[in-house]
Amino acid sequence: MNRRIAIVGIGNTDFNSMTPDVSWKELMFEACQKAYIDAGVDPRKDVDSFITCAEDFYEGFSIFDEFVPDQIGATLRPCCTVCGDGIYGLGNAFMQIKTGQMDVVSVEAHSKISDLLTFGDVVLHAYDPLFEKPVSGPVERQNYVGSPSYPKEKPKPIVGSSNEKNRIHPYFLAGLEMQHYLKKTGTTEEQCAQVVVKNKKNAFNTPYADYEANISVEDVMNSEYLFKPVKRLDISPNVDGCIAFVLADEKTAKKLDVEPIWLKGFGWCSETPWLSTRKMNADYAKMASDMAYKMAGITNPKKEINIAEVDDRFSYKELQHLEALGLADSGKAGKLLEDGELDISGSLPTNTSGGSLGVGNCFEATGLQKSLEIVTQLRGHAGKKQLSDVDIGIAQSWRGIPSGSGAVAIFGR
Amino acid sequence: MMSMKKEGYPKYAPGTHVSRKDIRNKNKTYTWWEPEVQYSWAMGPAISRFLQELKNGKIIARCCNKCDRVIVPPRMFCEYCYKPTDKWLYIKDTGTVETFSIAYLDGDARRIKDPILIGVISIDGASPQHGFMHYFGEMKPEELHIGMKVKAVWKPEKERTGAITDIKYFKPLKGGGK
Ligand SMILES: [Zn+2]
Repeated sequence: MNRRIAIVGIGNTDFNSMTPDVSWKELMFEACQKAYIDAGVDPRKDVDSFITCAEDFYEGFSIFDEFVPDQIGATLRPCCTVCGDGIYGLGNAFMQIKTGQMDVVSVEAHSKISDLLTFGDVVLHAYDPLFEKPVSGPVERQNYVGSPSYPKEKPKPIVGSSNEKNRIHPYFLAGLEMQHYLKKTGTTEEQCAQVVVKNKKNAFNTPYADYEANISVEDVMNSEYLFKPVKRLDISPNVDGCIAFVLADEKTAKKLDVEPIWLKGFGWCSETPWLSTRKMNADYAKMASDMAYKMAGITNPKKEINIAEVDDRFSYKELQHLEALGLADSGKAGKLLEDGELDISGSLPTNTSGGSLGVGNCFEATGLQKSLEIVTQLRGHAGKKQLSDVDIGIAQSWRGIPSGSGAVAIFGR
Repeated sequence: MMSMKKEGYPKYAPGTHVSRKDIRNKNKTYTWWEPEVQYSWAMGPAISRFLQELKNGKIIARCCNKCDRVIVPPRMFCEYCYKPTDKWLYIKDTGTVETFSIAYLDGDARRIKDPILIGVISIDGASPQHGFMHYFGEMKPEELHIGMKVKAVWKPEKERTGAITDIKYFKPLKGGGK
């Protein structure tokens, strides 16, 4: 089936550091309802298949899929959940439409991370139980690992100090990777700080963003080290929110009263889980973009891509990802930033939405948040930050710590 | 271990588990971890009101004007019409047993002497097949049946916390149903 596939509807809630007034169901209902209205489709009749993207441990249900149909319009309809970022959802929707079985498919992703009380522990739970958890987890659990006396004997500290002292927040992995990235590319901490300044400033023009701010490079540099060289302000703060997309094949898209934005290519890639074996180059982003560029017929991304939304959940990640995507030469993204090329007025506007640093870390919704900005820009609806002459945009997301996985989507008018 | 009760093969072979002794003796290579996972889910306007009303000893529903459903537990949107629901409505604390089971195993799969009666109850005043799951009490297991009319037995007002367990169980409704 050689059918072109378009984004025909977008919807989102406001993003907030906490949302005690609504349940995750109501968040999802709001974003999905907006997306269906935007597309002019009735989910009960016109949408052939529904995809949500969610991680059970973030949500707090061991089969979260059970709890999604009602609020997305999918009750008694084909519905499935992708355990991953929203761009994986877009890819799955694309493939479903390509089969010819489905003409209209919706994709939803959200964060209700404020419901999770033990965030650090859930992130830690993604680490290898033998090699990584024991070095970052609390001592009492270290001692349990491999103990033949378990569970009879009360555990004793291994290292001989208090639990507190031996417990490292699992975000330490960003410290390891940033250290490596700076050393290898000659990028500076100040350049990473500048990413934070730019993105938080861009977020002023994104109505749903929660962490817009007017700060300086000094402010970022003066924020305390958490995992040297990562400082507090280098990290995107958590946020709740929901985004939904409606996709359709070309024939259906042209019947709808909306300007279709084409999903021209996408790709995804996973690295080995062995931390010591990863190159820490964001190879997942490189491989995913190679796949996406090929599908979209892009041979010179630097020239052909007009706008980029890349994963910036840690400041250095924006620069690292731009290089992995081939939009900057290795070690040169920081220079592009200093020269203003990544600004809204620059040659490669990057994270004009404010990115995760300005909008907030919305977990599995991150890829859709990036895609939302690209689609909004391509539609010409971006308001004050609207770019002129944008035809092709790239959205890229990473599954977050400690993963080496990510996906890329390319959109065009 | 297979059990050979009569001649031939057993009809049911339960399989063999790794025992705690095997783990202690390291007959199996393993690693162990206990994640700390805790959530505090915001319940949103519909369920929050529902729980508040339980505290008052009342059951409240939401109505959808389009499909004419009285929905309980209440939701802010109708999953069939895909639109916001329209108004609140108090309904009764009596209902009908839709289905039930008699549970003989506890959470750790140990045999319970006095079985626990559980089931799904459609609440009177709500649309058919709208209600929730609960315990049954003040009846013998053999009395419990589909179609049985039941009534909520509430905790004393001071003990209610705004939880589904503010209803202790459902008991037979005298003179109701077959
Ligand atoms: Zn309805």
